Amino acid sequence: MSIILDKVNYSYSEGTAYHVQALKDINLKIEDGEFIGIIGHTGSGKSTLIQHMNGLIKATSGGIYFNGQDIYDEDFSMKELRSRVGLVFQYPEHQLFETTIFDDVCFGPKNLGLDKKTVELRAFEALRNVGFPHELFYQPPFDLSGGQKRRVAIAGVLAMKPEVLILDEPTAGLDPAGRDEILGLISQMHKELGITIILVSHSMEDVAKYVDRIIVMNQGSVMYDGAPKDVFRQYKDLEAVGLAAPQVTYLMHELHAQGLPVDLDATTIEEAKRSILEVLK
Amino acid sequence: MGIIKTKGLVHDFIRRDEEDNVESITTALDHVDLDVKEGQFIAILGHNGSGKSTLAKHINALLSATEGTIWVDGMDVSEEENVIPVRKSAGMVFQNPDNQIIANIVEEDVAFGPENIGVPTEEIWERVEKSLGAVRMTKYRNHSPNKLSGGQKQRVAIAGVMAMEPKCIVFDEPTAMLDPNGRKDVLKAAHELNETKGVTVLLITHYMEEVVDADYVYVMENGKIIMDGTPREIFSRVEELKAHRLDVPQMTLLAHELRQAGLPIPQGILTREELIEAIMKVK
Amino acid sequence: MIRDITIGQYYPADSPLHKLDPRVKLFATVIYVIALFCFKGIVGLALITGFLYAVIKISKVPFKFMTKGLKAIVVLVIITSVFNLFATPGDIVFWKWGSLQITDTGIINAVLMTIRLVYLILGTSLMTLTTTPNQLTNGLETALAPLNKFNVPVHSIAMMMSIALRFIPILIEETDKIMKAQMARGADFENGNMIQKAKAMVPLLVPLFVSAFRRAEDLAMAMEARCYNGGEGRTKMKPLKYESRDHKAYAIVIGFLVLVIIAANVVPFPQ
Repeated sequence: MSIILDKVNYSYSEGTAYHVQALKDINLKIEDGEFIGIIGHTGSGKSTLIQHMNGLIKATSGGIYFNGQDIYDEDFSMKELRSRVGLVFQYPEHQLFETTIFDDVCFGPKNLGLDKKTVELRAFEALRNVGFPHELFYQPPFDLSGGQKRRVAIAGVLAMKPEVLILDEPTAGLDPAGRDEILGLISQMHKELGITIILVSHSMEDVAKYVDRIIVMNQGSVMYDGAPKDVFRQYKDLEAVGLAAPQVTYLMHELHAQGLPVDLDATTIEEAKRSILEVLK
Repeated sequence: MGIIKTKGLVHDFIRRDEEDNVESITTALDHVDLDVKEGQFIAILGHNGSGKSTLAKHINALLSATEGTIWVDGMDVSEEENVIPVRKSAGMVFQNPDNQIIANIVEEDVAFGPENIGVPTEEIWERVEKSLGAVRMTKYRNHSPNKLSGGQKQRVAIAGVMAMEPKCIVFDEPTAMLDPNGRKDVLKAAHELNETKGVTVLLITHYMEEVVDADYVYVMENGKIIMDGTPREIFSRVEELKAHRLDVPQMTLLAHELRQAGLPIPQGILTREELIEAIMKVK
Repeated sequence: MIRDITIGQYYPADSPLHKLDPRVKLFATVIYVIALFCFKGIVGLALITGFLYAVIKISKVPFKFMTKGLKAIVVLVIITSVFNLFATPGDIVFWKWGSLQITDTGIINAVLMTIRLVYLILGTSLMTLTTTPNQLTNGLETALAPLNKFNVPVHSIAMMMSIALRFIPILIEETDKIMKAQMARGADFENGNMIQKAKAMVPLLVPLFVSAFRRAEDLAMAMEARCYNGGEGRTKMKPLKYESRDHKAYAIVIGFLVLVIIAANVVPFPQ
């Protein structure tokens, strides 16, 4: 399983004064089982980019290949692509509409044309996978707390059994407890279900803690693509485009500058602690 | 008495079924005592559902108490004739930037409050000018709010409250829906108003990093105030904060971990500079 | 298609027409519509054409931009004129087939109807093209203020209009977002018959309503927090005040109507 983006360009309102080139020559390859973080400030093109990956937006030029198949081929099934590349939008709780939580989770698999039994099995499994309490399955979704609603929304996408799950700022607006729960859930889905995860986030700390690969977007182009420590080593360049490295990175660089030979590649609290203790002992 | 004072404030949300029988009672505020002095920058911290937003709405007379009393600028909020004066002296900035801008042009939105309280036209113009300047949005005065970023919209909302010349502003999670840059701008605006105009600020948030510069912090859970003190005092209690599943600023957390590992690092580290200093001393 | 409709759109420009008080423009539009439907004869038509031409020139709105708005009503114009052309009995019959006929009156009626419709669209869209939605609401509120005496909640209506204008773009954006989110869950909004299409709207409309209600609740609270208490005792940042150019404009508009009426009575020909 892989997604390949080949020289993808996207622009809207072409030929008018409002013409915007949202994506410029994007070349990316996403492999099976990766945990990727996409960072970039508002308007950098990250939302546009992820919507290309499941065919919700069509590139102005360039090609996208899913498992070697051109998704813009006439006989390629977009519906199938969307079930295999799941996309959880920002504030996904806003898309809930059914009278019960269970029915809402059934919506995705039902659209795939599966029989009733399979649909219900999948919904059941998805809700269990997001750790949703069974006694609430048949309650209306509108009375739940923000974090719970978001779980239901994620289950709604999970029930389609995607191989890739893309999440657009899944922690926006949640409190710290809710945020940790959702991030823990995502990490668990990656480990236990083997789903490829693409996480769009504003928080460098979260990205540093969870992902194996970071893609930095800036003005519609890929600015960096690599392991967190390689990307955060460029913290000065990141700052120049309105981003920042995790706070730990700054600490380590300043300690280093003051003559303490700490590991400059540490990006999480755990790594920083280890390195500082090592140097001071 | 301070500018905002509550005594034994209780708020119950009562849910009734179709026959008007009580279905459930949720206590959002449970005997809250608060005393805020004029000119302070106060932070109220807590999870969603801890009662902090309910408290905010009481300060603006948008809810009425089940029990207890709340005074704003010496006025008892529960008295009907005090409602408008209370709202005039305590302004409020809400979470969702889109849902609190009323007019279709930035400067007209800022004018909305003064228009409501009958400020003469000429003075409205002066106030709009001043308020937009205070949040650095003068450049956008003739823009449509729809074209602004989240952080800019929140600054317009702040200007709209400023234009009513309140003594105190309650910020109800103003940064929850913003990106890091927007968040920084809004916080900066709140601190500037506090420092240069002497406006009392009550910042309600669940981001720990935002309370580091406050004068005093209250932590709420299940409708009760469970901790209060200066940021340094609060952040010295890392284990307790963790037990309440509250976030701890990264530098405070790292300092705490290092101390646990045996390094002689003092409690209550808040900033990177403080941590660097402490580590360099160990060496 | 929707983008082509220029009615209700604002064209920013610096012209005397843009600067006019919205009440004058509202009044002029009403007068213009009256003139359009009571003129008679070639002189009347020439008067109206001249008036329209002059106003368009003064407005600095490119004529091309205005004709774009006409595209949307072409079908309507064709249907009306065809109906007039074939179904009007008259003195001289040029062609007849069953109940269909082309007569002299039919031709004149068809031509007149087309002119009226096109002029109507051009004239009224000029009003919105030169007036911002805010000025328009403000103008309506002030102009209709006397209706308050008859318990018409003029202020509330104007406030509602203004809030609707503010939230329409937000709701359009939201519709797009929810639609995409449901499409990501395999929803299909394009294929299927009428019933299937209607059913497919449920996952879009329910979240949209839920969100609209939440926004309304938030907004009501935000307005209350800023001391909103209805129209009473309210002052205005931009109160409407007549300038000398507004008085002149009133005079010109009334003069125009008088001329059209005189022309209709003195030279009501042809026809």
